[in-house]
Amino acid sequence: MNKILNKKTKKNINIFFRYGVLVFVALIMLYPLIWLFGASFKSNTDIFTSVGFWPKKFSLTPYINGWKTSTEYTFTKYFLNTFTIVVPKVLGTVISCVITAYGFARFKFFGKKTLFATLISTLLLPSVVIYIPQFLIFRYFGWLDTYLPLIVPSLLAFDTFFVFMLIQFIRGIPKELEEAAKIDGCNSIQTLWYVVVPVLKPAIISVALLQFMWSMNDFLGPLLYISSVDKYPVVLALRMAMDASSEIKWNELISMSIVTLVPSLVVFFAAQKHFVDGVTAGSVKG
Amino acid sequence: MKKFFSKNKGLLFIIPWLLGLVVFRLVPFALSLGLSFTDYQLVNVPHFIGLQNYKDMFANVEYRGSFLTTMKYVFLTVPFKLSFALFIAYILNFKIKGVNFFRTAYYIPSILGGSVAIAILWRFIFAADGLINIGLGFIGLPTVNWLGDTRTALFTVCLLRVWQFGSAMIIFLAALKNIPTELYEAAEIDGASKFSMFFRITLPMLTPVIFFNFVMQLVEAFQEFKGPYLITQGGPRNSTMLLPVLIYNNAFAYFKMGYASAIAWSLFLVIMVFTLFTFKSQKSWVHYSDD
Repeated sequence: MNKILNKKTKKNINIFFRYGVLVFVALIMLYPLIWLFGASFKSNTDIFTSVGFWPKKFSLTPYINGWKTSTEYTFTKYFLNTFTIVVPKVLGTVISCVITAYGFARFKFFGKKTLFATLISTLLLPSVVIYIPQFLIFRYFGWLDTYLPLIVPSLLAFDTFFVFMLIQFIRGIPKELEEAAKIDGCNSIQTLWYVVVPVLKPAIISVALLQFMWSMNDFLGPLLYISSVDKYPVVLALRMAMDASSEIKWNELISMSIVTLVPSLVVFFAAQKHFVDGVTAGSVKG
Repeated sequence: MKKFFSKNKGLLFIIPWLLGLVVFRLVPFALSLGLSFTDYQLVNVPHFIGLQNYKDMFANVEYRGSFLTTMKYVFLTVPFKLSFALFIAYILNFKIKGVNFFRTAYYIPSILGGSVAIAILWRFIFAADGLINIGLGFIGLPTVNWLGDTRTALFTVCLLRVWQFGSAMIIFLAALKNIPTELYEAAEIDGASKFSMFFRITLPMLTPVIFFNFVMQLVEAFQEFKGPYLITQGGPRNSTMLLPVLIYNNAFAYFKMGYASAIAWSLFLVIMVFTLFTFKSQKSWVHYSDD
């Protein structure tokens, strides 16, 4: 009897310990974010005096003034600039990567082994070594201070990670569908469009969402190539707000930081369901 | 020509990628090696100066300091991040109520961590009068000048990377779910303890994923730029001057393209050596199942 009790208490202690750790770690990790959110409604003096995240007095002024910025442009302009970069980038990535992945996954051609090995090795090739010549090449093209250096590479399937991911997905699709389409008289492009793309939809959506988040957050690209303030995406506008004056208006800076996080958060919560759907659909059908 | 392409139709599909590969990756790759042997400063005609940049680099105190800082950064962040990710994934793998909530909560920093906004947040909570110090004061402890002290600045920047352990954790969790339960059942019958099960079953079964995560994290950590650049600008007194920041400063602030390329190549070679070493070491510690 005593032994059984002991086992039970031991189990309870284990469970208690597990939840304790999980809750504690989650709190430590997320408290800065929660506090940040509260701070965005605080006055500048209130921010630096309280550990609590709940503002003494709610005020939307940080958001209103932050949005206006101390420059001649508002965040409306910076967001439009960001989307001018991100939207073509995402579309270009999806189209070029699907086409490339299809070529690798479904055709035999001269030099395929070498090219595929190159594709894999670019996954591990540190990009830090190519930034400087890339900059010089874009300068030679006369593309500095335009969005072209940020967009054009993604039209040419530059992010090999996505190509690799799509190849893996296409390999999982049964070939019979495509063979049937071929017998019905579809050429390869039609087969890709009418047969492969619909099946590939969940993977394509993941590619689009990941690329959207990464390009929204990309900092080094704009930092290197965009120099006029009227072309700044939000990441550079934020940095400018942080570095511009010695007297940083923290509450405005924080409120705008939160605003810039919203698109990524929205996409993440929308995508979560999608990723799960994609994975489960694949495993049920497969 | 036409015949060649009708036989190798696949090539037509990969032509865009091939073009991008050559123009934006292979040519820059070769150029950067070439540049590292020149005195190119953006306005002059580049001269071949042999190994001078490399000699200057190794003689430079700033470079050597930066090299050590980068090593410290990588070997503080990668093991901590991975062991933390594994620890939390291990706990989450028990029958936990609200597992989805916890998974999401831990994953959020990985989603947001790469943004400028989070770098601003970091600067803010570790500021002399920021959240951490307010908290320390609140419980009566002495405050620390986190970002202004050479002893703590690097630690603060490291913490930003460790904080984003969620992505590695998700991969571990998926791998843990794939370990066949029969293994544990058999071990339980044999009277194995939880502790020995972890080291005899869980850990060996996870080694392929640990290997994958380790290589990915290693390559990423060596190239960290945004964190130190935005939070501390490499300071105070170069204590957070990681090599990518040093490369950026030399190339785009002082326009020493040749010298910066030499530094970039030294970093590239270091990454390659560590990656190859890790790949070679696979044999002795990574267990691949027979299927």
